[in-house]
Amino acid sequence: MTFEASERVAGVPPSGIRRFFEIAEEYDDIISLGVGEPDFAPPWAARDAAIASLERGQTSYTANRGMAELRERIASFADRRYGLRYDPDEEILVTSGASEAVDLAFRAFLDPGDTVAVAQPCYISYAPGVQFAGADVLDVPTRAADEFKLTREALESSGAADADVLVMCYPNNPTGATMTREELKPVAEFAREHDLLVFSDEIYSELSYEHDHASIATLPGMRERTVVFNGFSKAYAMTGLRLGYALAPPEAIETMNRIHQYTMLSAPTTAQHAAVEALESCDDEVREMRDQYDRRRNFVLSRFEEMGIDCFPAAGAFYAFPECPWDDSDEFAEALIEDQRVAVVPGNVFGAGGEGHLRVSYATSLGDLKEAMDRIESFIG
Amino acid sequence: MSDREEILALLRENARYSTEDLARQTGLDAEAVEAVVEDLESEGVIKGYQAVVNWEKVEPERVRAAVELNVTLDRETGYDDIAERLAKFPEVQGLRLVSGDYDFAMEVEGDSMSQVSRFISEKVAPVPEITQTVTHYIMESYKERGVEFGDGHDDDRLSISP
Ligand SMILES: Cc1ncc(COP(=O)(O)O)c(C=O)c1O
Repeated sequence: MTFEASERVAGVPPSGIRRFFEIAEEYDDIISLGVGEPDFAPPWAARDAAIASLERGQTSYTANRGMAELRERIASFADRRYGLRYDPDEEILVTSGASEAVDLAFRAFLDPGDTVAVAQPCYISYAPGVQFAGADVLDVPTRAADEFKLTREALESSGAADADVLVMCYPNNPTGATMTREELKPVAEFAREHDLLVFSDEIYSELSYEHDHASIATLPGMRERTVVFNGFSKAYAMTGLRLGYALAPPEAIETMNRIHQYTMLSAPTTAQHAAVEALESCDDEVREMRDQYDRRRNFVLSRFEEMGIDCFPAAGAFYAFPECPWDDSDEFAEALIEDQRVAVVPGNVFGAGGEGHLRVSYATSLGDLKEAMDRIESFIG
Repeated sequence: MSDREEILALLRENARYSTEDLARQTGLDAEAVEAVVEDLESEGVIKGYQAVVNWEKVEPERVRAAVELNVTLDRETGYDDIAERLAKFPEVQGLRLVSGDYDFAMEVEGDSMSQVSRFISEKVAPVPEITQTVTHYIMESYKERGVEFGDGHDDDRLSISP
């Protein structure tokens, strides 16, 4: 026996982000617009709650599904903010990051040979997650011309009608695209007509700048076929605390929990205490962070416009996804680091439809953003 | 937030934002930004633009003190009269009437401790209504006007992340 990767693992290439990470690590004077996490610290009330829980020694496992109090808070938050009504006892699973929730859903509901339609460009973990579960990915490219929204045409022309599951993420990483309730309707209709399950990653839901976040699970006939993922990493700047959750009908949560109870047992306890407080008392801080992101977004978008670089008006998350001034976004991103010490991520690492674009994160101080945009401007001359 | 509030918030964060930067961030055009700023200035909402200085990094370092003042008022003299008199001294950087154990909180700045002491004893204490002064020299500043004085650049996030 040797340590030879299983077929499932061997079939998954190393992340395209990894390569850029390594290039960026060679320099210590980089301004990074390559960061997919908030530059803020979690609200103090949440940090205090985490500290207090440690002081009281509350570090044992919680219920598999998460602390009852946290599930109740999640239920009322989801209802209050998005009109998502889920029963805290049976329809909510607290996980170690939204990442775990995504992985559980793939493993819980996919069999080898199943097909998962993935709206792309998208977060880098979906396709590998599907492959680890033994199923196949079907690319559903979205287009700049549609502002990277998922359309019925994109679903039809990519053959998603025959898929078993649709994975989507709005507000989107890496494009910053959002979808309104109206725009989600044809997607929901398609899912119902072709009997698709929908896995909807809504982790950037609190970062929607132009309109209120709309969840596809609130559309008619969708609740029973949708798993919603969310978490505390983005809105509350709690990435390292590793806390997320899934919302789904009882039988789905029950199945996901069957894996979770053996693999993770329960999500981090300290983080759950922080999260209870975050949901209870940190609305103002979330609003303040959102306002700051919004100003930076306006800044970045208008700088690209002034440079003559096409960028659709990204309306969510903390990414802009401009067109790359060169044909090859890998080459451009590499040259930009070496020449100007500015890190951005080439769009092709996020899947079909990403080539020819750059992911520019504005989760960075305005001073750094300004300097970075100046350098990009002088680079493209 | 209204345009006024938003511009005010941005200028409080950084008074050196150019009109263009303010316009880019708020999505207004440059003329609109200038009009709002002019209004804020002429209405006396914005009273000035100053740098937040970390004096510990400046040679020679400025000496600063927080001074508590107690006063007794008589029929002719009110708080405003005393305040007006004190505010005229160039050494006085801040002056506020406060509730609690003392009446005025005064901030004094000088070139040396002896100069500040002399100012308090020769110029402030003799004011007839002032009954007591307590001087606290500022030893270390951690935050001024909303700006924290940590070194700031401690972003330890990975430079590329998902
Ligand atoms: C779309 C999306 N989903 C999930 C995650 C991971 O979230 P978590 O930290 O909750 O695992 C990220 C992180 O970048 C993301 O961008």
